[in-house]
Amino acid sequence: MVDFGFGLSKSSAVRLDQVDLSLYRKLEVLEPGVRTCMSCGSCSATCTAGPWSGMSVRKVILNLQRGKDVSAMMQNCMLCGKCSMVCPRGINTRHLILSLCRIYGERK
Amino acid sequence: MKERFATGFDPFVLPFLVGMIFVLGYCLYGIFRILFQLPRQDRRKFLLSLITPSTAIKNIWDIFANCLLHIKLWKRNKMLGFMHSSIAFGWFMIILLGHIEVMVYCPERVRLLYYPIFFNYFVAENESTIGGAVLFFLMDFFLLLILTGIALAMVKRVRSRIFGMRRTTRPSALDRVGLYSLWAIFPLRLLAESFTAHISGGSFLTIPANWVFRQFLGNDLNMLPTWWAYSIALGVFMVVLPFTRYMHIPAEMMLIPMRNAGLKIRHPRRGFAKVEVLSCPGCGVCIDACPMSVQKKNIKDCTVYLNRQIRRGNEKRIEEISDKCLLCGKCEAVCQVGVEGPKLRIAQRSARRYGITPDFSGMDVSGMTASAKGSKVLYFAGCMTKLTPSIGKAVCSLLDKAGVDYTWMDREEGLCCGRPLMTAGRIDAALGLVKKNEEIILGSGADTLVLSCPICYKIFSERYSLPGVRVVNYADYFSELVEQGRLNVSKSDICYVYHDPCELGRGCGIYESPRRLIGQAAGIAEAPACREESICCGGSLGSLTLDFSQREAMTRKALDNLYASRADAVATACPLCLATFSRYSERPVRDLAQVLDASAERVEVK
Amino acid sequence: MDSRIILIIGGGVAGMEAARQLFLLGYQPVIVEKSDHLGGHVAGWHKLFPDMMSASSLIETMAGGLDGVTVYLKTTVATMNRLTSGFSVVLSNGTTLLCGAILMASGFRLFDASRKEEYGYGVYDHVITNSDLEHWFNTGEDDRIPENPSHIAFVHCVGSRDLKAGNPQCSKVCCMTAIKQAIEMKEKFPGSEVWCFYMDLRLFGKKYEDFYINAQRDHGVHFVRGRVSEVSEDIDGKVILKAEDTLAGHQVKLKADLLVLMAGMLCNEETPVLASMVRADVDSDGFMRSRDNIYRINESSRPGVFFAGACTGTKTVPETVAEARAAALDIHNYLVGNG
Repeated sequence: MVDFGFGLSKSSAVRLDQVDLSLYRKLEVLEPGVRTCMSCGSCSATCTAGPWSGMSVRKVILNLQRGKDVSAMMQNCMLCGKCSMVCPRGINTRHLILSLCRIYGERK
Repeated sequence: MKERFATGFDPFVLPFLVGMIFVLGYCLYGIFRILFQLPRQDRRKFLLSLITPSTAIKNIWDIFANCLLHIKLWKRNKMLGFMHSSIAFGWFMIILLGHIEVMVYCPERVRLLYYPIFFNYFVAENESTIGGAVLFFLMDFFLLLILTGIALAMVKRVRSRIFGMRRTTRPSALDRVGLYSLWAIFPLRLLAESFTAHISGGSFLTIPANWVFRQFLGNDLNMLPTWWAYSIALGVFMVVLPFTRYMHIPAEMMLIPMRNAGLKIRHPRRGFAKVEVLSCPGCGVCIDACPMSVQKKNIKDCTVYLNRQIRRGNEKRIEEISDKCLLCGKCEAVCQVGVEGPKLRIAQRSARRYGITPDFSGMDVSGMTASAKGSKVLYFAGCMTKLTPSIGKAVCSLLDKAGVDYTWMDREEGLCCGRPLMTAGRIDAALGLVKKNEEIILGSGADTLVLSCPICYKIFSERYSLPGVRVVNYADYFSELVEQGRLNVSKSDICYVYHDPCELGRGCGIYESPRRLIGQAAGIAEAPACREESICCGGSLGSLTLDFSQREAMTRKALDNLYASRADAVATACPLCLATFSRYSERPVRDLAQVLDASAERVEVK
Repeated sequence: MDSRIILIIGGGVAGMEAARQLFLLGYQPVIVEKSDHLGGHVAGWHKLFPDMMSASSLIETMAGGLDGVTVYLKTTVATMNRLTSGFSVVLSNGTTLLCGAILMASGFRLFDASRKEEYGYGVYDHVITNSDLEHWFNTGEDDRIPENPSHIAFVHCVGSRDLKAGNPQCSKVCCMTAIKQAIEMKEKFPGSEVWCFYMDLRLFGKKYEDFYINAQRDHGVHFVRGRVSEVSEDIDGKVILKAEDTLAGHQVKLKADLLVLMAGMLCNEETPVLASMVRADVDSDGFMRSRDNIYRINESSRPGVFFAGACTGTKTVPETVAEARAAALDIHNYLVGNG
């Protein structure tokens, strides 16, 4: 085979039909409120940790729904509860975060 | 007095002896086990405190006042106090007097455990003396006292409201065995002593009873069986005691000296926590106190049930109960034993294993330190106050009016104080934030830190190490400014009812200064449940699992209590209470700073 | 049916239009209006989308059709009782009516924006609502609106789609109102930048999308998809908005000279009280419950009690007018026994 010096890069598109939703499914059981997120961004707008780390509960939820890893972002959460206060859908975001930290613990 | 039996023994004492030896052995083993579970430092501290005269005297008095006289319960409800102290103190006196009798009349039997208990069976009265009559009178008197207590206890099972309790605990199966054997002990003792009174002598209770019985029971055949029954009741009670709520009797005697030694919960289940759990008498006073109990489905999540589940080792329920709690601390405030419900729950939460650990060490806070510089007084509003801007605005307006040169350190960006992580049991992470905030504050060169959020204030006053910086809650700070004449406050004609926020009142013991300020700025009324017994607004960050919709009933209950004062408006001193109440309140809700700011004028400096 | 009197509760566009139609059908409608003017909320508005029709001229036209209709202003309904046929009604001014049917056209109330405390309405100097802005368009009087604003922010969904504010429903008209007002502001202050913070843009009606395109293309209005959740004030009194640009995925801040809150629509507080007098039902969204939401929107679950307009849910002006006409016909059919 002739080596052309470059490989075909994998498509970066998320294959929705092949996404690994195991983390998200576990979270749904512990905190069913996660299903009602409408990605309005209230939580990330008010997030105390946001300016430091890009922490965003909205992104955490969305990434989980797309089967991506979110552990790095979560390390900066201060659990201050502002996101719970502003969520228009009344999602218990603090419990969501703690539950997710736990799920990550069970995977190890 | 002479002894009836040369052997000084009868087989009927065996059930009692077995029970007694078992319970003594169990408690001794328990004491060593718990001592062994304590961290080395705590153990040293505890043992030292036992031989320190001041704490030793305090221990004895506290045990006497709490375990026997139940002084705290008297304050709560006189019937409840009388019921408990009559049983506990009466029983104690009967044991004590029994021992005195043995020492006076048959000192050689002093070493027999059962002799003071069954004294009347083993002796016969051959001459009546004044001393003997007094002793017998006292024995009958205390027996009567206990019987009254037992009768009240029976009434309480059916009509708990008479005792100021709306709801009581549901006893477990073993608790019932303990309960019924306890109820049986003293009527049986009365019967046994009455049947024996014509031989052993007695007093105003036993002698007439003996006379009555002899009218239709012509022989002494009932004597031995009743003594048997009495001994069996005692034996059963003592054998089941370690496995029932009655374990609180010995455990509390351990808890009091441990608390006086300054020990704290260091492990969710072992050592001090274990003693606290065992000390819970299961009375259920915490059920009515709990703000969650407004909904029937939450009743089983009160502290009394946490203690029960911890004793049973039911991990699933322990977790549910621990995570649901608002950590308002009211159960602890009303608990006669002093079980620290919130701390116990935080300890359970802290034992959890998480796969993601917050790490704030890499955070560069130099920008914040720079913006905090400039004044001797720093104002830290906290995260929640960003969502209730009226508080921050009123605080700044007041500081301006008083001519205070201050800097609002988290006006632009700020870090969380760490308290929410702490309540979630993530203590190391919380301390990471504490460290970062310390860095900012110490770097600012300020000497006073004013806090308007009681959630922040709690952790700042307990966990922060800020040498040279005075940490002060805004209520105290504004009180001082008014006293110094730097704020001129005139009284408006609005009447406020003050709601004690959990973290400020029960959490930090600040009750007076907010009331004083509101009293100066407006009219003030008190709600039926206030101060230590104030009802949580339901918005607390303490609860991990209660979601938005589940909290509404709690908020409405707290509001109803405030409305009962007939005030025009509600005042509080916490951003979370303000936001939570505002959502459902029909009357205006204001923060302390807003109330004060509306009535405060600038004092012109001459 | 004896009485040809029809009680109409509320003198907004729904009540006015229904009264006109009923009058034309030969009935005697009686409008009971709690405020001192007809026209309801629309009377306080400046221009109406999508034709930018003057609200006051619309109300004028509609009021012109009410000759012969009894109108009680500053009057409320004290009691309503069902009789074997029709209703006996006592008004706050002492009048007693025997009417054949009741039309509830009690409309909506605007969400009290100060209840979303984080937006600082009533706390900060330059925060107003959509209704305040219309008032300013009409009168030119509002100290909160600065001379030459360089940045104007509109926040959608204030008190709508928000469980915390007690109203999980979409108020439907605010997206379009925001775009209308954004364009009007841009026309008044061509040098300013106008920012709309939205969760979803719900522009469902005829010509609405044209407005959106117009705002983008001709006026350069900026649209940021993210719900503002925190507003602070700087030392100059300017408001600082914090939001997440959810499409770009980062936090954004905007220092604005004026913040306009698009307050949502809630059912009027008096409506459930009135409804309980005739045993009509309140729906889970807080508005009145129609017999169904497709075919019999104008009918309550009780005979003789009808609805028109925003008392059953948020409506635009054209929808309300159409409903009022439909309700008039429903009442007619009910009274002649065709119902």
